[in-house]
Amino acid sequence: MSLLGAGAALVLGVGMIPGMPASFMQHFIVFVLAVFIGFQVIWNVSHALHTPLMAVTNAISSIIILGALIQIGSTSVLITLLAAAGIFMAAINIFGGFLVTRRMLAMFQKS
Amino acid sequence: MEDAFTIAAYVVAGILFILSLGGLSGQESAKRAVWYGIVGMAVAVLATLFGPGSGLWLISLVLIAGGAAVGYRLATRVEMTQMPELVAIMHSLVGLAAVFVGFNADLMINYVGGVYEAQGLVLGAVGADGITAIGLPREVHDGLSAFGQLIAKKSSVEIGILRVELVLGIWIGAVTFTGSVIAYAKLAGTSSRLPFQVDTAARKLPGGHLLNAAAAALSLVLLFVYLGSGGSWALVLLTLAGLFIGYHLIMGIGGADMPVVVSMLNSYSGWAAAAIGFSLGNDLLIVVGALVGSSGAILSYIMCKAMNRSFVSVILGGFGGDQGPAQAIEGEMIAIDADGVAAALEDADSIIIVPGYGMAVAQAQNAVSELTHAMRKAGKTVRFGIHPVAGRLPGHMNVLLAEAKVPYDIVLEMDEINDDFPQTDVVIVIGSNDIVNPAAQEDPNSPIAGMPVLEVWKAKQVFVSKRGQGKGYSGIENPLFFKDNTRMFYGDARESLDKLLRLIK
Repeated sequence: MSLLGAGAALVLGVGMIPGMPASFMQHFIVFVLAVFIGFQVIWNVSHALHTPLMAVTNAISSIIILGALIQIGSTSVLITLLAAAGIFMAAINIFGGFLVTRRMLAMFQKS
Repeated sequence: MEDAFTIAAYVVAGILFILSLGGLSGQESAKRAVWYGIVGMAVAVLATLFGPGSGLWLISLVLIAGGAAVGYRLATRVEMTQMPELVAIMHSLVGLAAVFVGFNADLMINYVGGVYEAQGLVLGAVGADGITAIGLPREVHDGLSAFGQLIAKKSSVEIGILRVELVLGIWIGAVTFTGSVIAYAKLAGTSSRLPFQVDTAARKLPGGHLLNAAAAALSLVLLFVYLGSGGSWALVLLTLAGLFIGYHLIMGIGGADMPVVVSMLNSYSGWAAAAIGFSLGNDLLIVVGALVGSSGAILSYIMCKAMNRSFVSVILGGFGGDQGPAQAIEGEMIAIDADGVAAALEDADSIIIVPGYGMAVAQAQNAVSELTHAMRKAGKTVRFGIHPVAGRLPGHMNVLLAEAKVPYDIVLEMDEINDDFPQTDVVIVIGSNDIVNPAAQEDPNSPIAGMPVLEVWKAKQVFVSKRGQGKGYSGIENPLFFKDNTRMFYGDARESLDKLLRLIK
């Protein structure tokens, strides 16, 4: 409960900073709601599945690949190189993460 | 920067990701749920490739295919005992990707600034209303990439916020990167594929946490320098400070605290992605980053709770505070051989097995599974009690047992099984120590006083499979080994269990 209060105060506090542009607040709302959903969902995850949870969050946090995909079309060579490296690394994670999660989950069998 | 279709695809992907995490509430639903995540990722990547990221889509696809090949090799070859290492090294990739994408955002700001200058304009200058930025001439604006156009529209305040966001993304990413590499090296030990090895012990490094605090303070100063001057050199120094903190922080944390460390790095990789999402103005990145960040935070919280330690004390390393002298232990350790254990198991009706990291080290999980099946065939009730911090990764024991074909419905959590020990005939402790230590409840001076433990000593008889008489990793004396109803079953866990199996069959 106190956590909820502190969270609400923090959100309102950010909104009261003078000159805070509305464009930031729009993304901020999305962020706060997503954190909230995350807490609701993750508390229900079975303790037995915490390792698959880590593997799958690993895979989906590689969504950062979208940033690199958007940047790679730039005219600057340096930007393109960094973005290319980012795409490659994130792709390792996406495929590795999802595959290993599937592999683990398939092992769980009932008696 | 994104057209309506791309945004719609992102919403779909976001919902699919939430569903894929929600499905992990049960073993059967989880098998379906992982597909939601895969489809969500495919939707998001394809929508970006054909939408705002269409610049070099062919090269992007080739890079993704290359990453897929490496990822496939990693995922199919990894042993389940090595799962903590794999998770750690994957976190480092997310961290490094965040650093790269963040640097690109900075380079793009400078590039767009240059374009403005060439037009005789100033990036970030606002028009008559004091809010809207003065834009570039249409044809110049259209020549920019999607991300360039987004920056070109920003006022100076918004560019300042963008800089803070990308600094956060880069800094957290840098901490995650080196922290995860060190965590990997500690978890992998001598089988590390890195050019260097790190022992698992917590190392007191010169300077200690004062040095971390100094690096953090320096980072803050550099943030203001960067905001004031916009110089990329400040950003490079900031990254170096982040890299140092990640390295230095994790070096000081011991192997037994790794479940917390890996969960924490999991959380950081999420927050880094969210910060990058803010700087790119990409809501899907923000949503996923927030989901992963809160997931890792909850896991860290659960792990800390299971060790009865505060998050801060884990991060600062070592067991907290001064303790008084430990209570003297009465009795002596009594050894037993395989024949004795086999005879006791013959008479027992209900058996609980408590595995720990030692089971994984001895690769004894298959022998444990065979023993379980043999005893269940003989009509005995066999169950497993899993402590939240057993192993080096949250839930690691469950995966190892599942791999060894132990049915998941007889593998119970500590809270589910703790009340059943008094009605249990035999408990077999395999390769675990602190998580079954009665001193946590009986000795207020114990370093682990107050930690929730599996109350195995309440069972009629306890067998402890243990390599030797040593105190084990934490160096804490375990009174369980001296209790009247405890017998020590010395030897390598796998060999001992194989011996036992031959006698039972």
